[in-house]
Amino acid sequence: MSSAKAPLLQVTDLHKHFPIREGLLIERKVGDVKAVDGVTFDVAPGETLGLVGESGSGKSTTGYCILQLMKPTSGSVKFEGTELTELGREDLRRMRREMQIVFQDPYSSLDPRMTVGDIVGEPLVVHKIGTRKDRSARIRDLLDVVGFNPSYTNRYPHEFSGGQRQRIGIARALALSPKLIVCDEPVSALDVSIQAQILNLLKDLQNDFGLTYLFIAHDLAVVRGMSDRIAVMNRGRLVEIGRAEDVYTNPQDDYTKALLSAVPIPDPRAMKERKAARRKLRHALAES
Amino acid sequence: MALLEVDDLRTHFFTREGTVRAVDGVSFAVEKGKTLGIVGESGCGKSVTALSIMGLIPKPPAKIVSGSVMYEGSDLTKLSERELEDVRGREIAMIFQDPMTSLNPTLTVGTQITETIRRHYDVSQKQANKKAAELLEKVRIPRAAERLLDYPHRFSGGMRQRVMIAIALSCDPKLLIADEPTTALDVTVQASVLDLLDDLRHEYDMSMIIITHDMGVVAEAADDIIVMYAGQVVERASTLDLFDNPEHPYTEALLGALPQIEGANVRDGRLTAIPGRPPDLIDPPAACRFGPRCRYAGSDDCTKHEPQLREIRSGHWVRSAHPASERAGSRKPQEVGS
Repeated sequence: MSSAKAPLLQVTDLHKHFPIREGLLIERKVGDVKAVDGVTFDVAPGETLGLVGESGSGKSTTGYCILQLMKPTSGSVKFEGTELTELGREDLRRMRREMQIVFQDPYSSLDPRMTVGDIVGEPLVVHKIGTRKDRSARIRDLLDVVGFNPSYTNRYPHEFSGGQRQRIGIARALALSPKLIVCDEPVSALDVSIQAQILNLLKDLQNDFGLTYLFIAHDLAVVRGMSDRIAVMNRGRLVEIGRAEDVYTNPQDDYTKALLSAVPIPDPRAMKERKAARRKLRHALAES
Repeated sequence: MALLEVDDLRTHFFTREGTVRAVDGVSFAVEKGKTLGIVGESGCGKSVTALSIMGLIPKPPAKIVSGSVMYEGSDLTKLSERELEDVRGREIAMIFQDPMTSLNPTLTVGTQITETIRRHYDVSQKQANKKAAELLEKVRIPRAAERLLDYPHRFSGGMRQRVMIAIALSCDPKLLIADEPTTALDVTVQASVLDLLDDLRHEYDMSMIIITHDMGVVAEAADDIIVMYAGQVVERASTLDLFDNPEHPYTEALLGALPQIEGANVRDGRLTAIPGRPPDLIDPPAACRFGPRCRYAGSDDCTKHEPQLREIRSGHWVRSAHPASERAGSRKPQEVGS
């Protein structure tokens, strides 16, 4: 499907290095942490690309560099053909209408002093969209779409559970009708029964609005269910990318294999074999 | 014979907002040499159950209002603080979820291991140091003897959890309670810690209670499982029987809500989400606590009478008026082979 249409997002040789400084009075750079170290991939319109990896693999940094929430050290990020890394503030702001993010932690990503309505409506205010009356109708629509009771617009985030808060975060991301949403670990703070509600919601929204997702997560099972294609990151590099089914059933890279074999699956019979297999793989990796 | 038997345990928190019935009628047994898995979502009471066994609940506001915890003939809930100290660490040891905060950052790892050893055994510091080095080797920390002198911040998350395991093992406990031991760890690190626990359990001939929210972790680590919901045990069975023939609608729903990496309908099917969320434990539903979220609820049995944990077939207990094998048109439970 990625060959049929021009890609919505093109990431080419993306690097993000953080300098390591030492010295008390005169600081000097002694090296770099290569958080993202030459990452290249495309995302087609309407597609979900899952980006998986363990902590420190650079998956979230990649997401931030794409949205220009962090300035990449080098490399190119093109959105519908426009090079984002060279845009000025104003142009970038305009582009942000097309690209939004849902954060991991629904507890810290919502301003506790703002009401639910203000949080969801803030992007509309920032981008000067609609009158006050239009906005309040839009806020109610958005909350309704994400399954959040619209009559609670005057309440504050602390009054709601994690799952409900994540719905607020999703409504905020949808406010500007973006084409691309970067979902950065959107369900990892939620319990299984709530997690399923949010994953189903994200799928429905994708179908209804033709959204494109970059779905970042450490949970391989969650990513599998959401993604058309999967990219696996390890130590700042993309070690494997392909159709979800291929990557999961026939992984090519040793790291992907080790990662997949480490996932505990809810099937006690299959677990016996998996345990033996992963011990073997770990020894092989340790020796190589 | 059971090493630990918990019977009708109720631990309530007396707060200004009201009485929180965090643990409200929990019964189970841990057999010698076996691993019991306790699964449930946040707030279901699984950790409070563990802390109640260890006598570590904060009193006040919490109080064990009824029930017993029988360990080798004595009821732990009746012991004095002094007597409990001899049990903790020596007989029953515990490791916690967060290896980042459960070690003291101002003491070397060696000091933290040897203080437990010297609390329970009459040995010199030198002997304790020797034992500590052996323990670090046992938990597969490279260059064990040197690393005793390091502070916790020099260890990664997985290595810290290994240090915690070494401390837990330092007095050869008969029971190890692991509360979400791998939740804070990456999946590859989690796998190696679970493998380590499994090896050590056999080597030390321990029983284990592993508390987790992850169905995959219990599927691999536990011999028997209890599923908790809103402070109660809703299902209890052997691991194979629980996964082959889940009886409680909550267990079934939980398994349906779980994204999987293999098997059929991985991608095409939607997840079967459970509507709503767990009840407030200050004011739980009067009868069945899962009732408001249960797709089979509706009869008087669900709304008028509190279901009791009952043995639906040998070794399989369930707290529901509508377990899978009793519902109309349901298929017979699968034969459990090994």
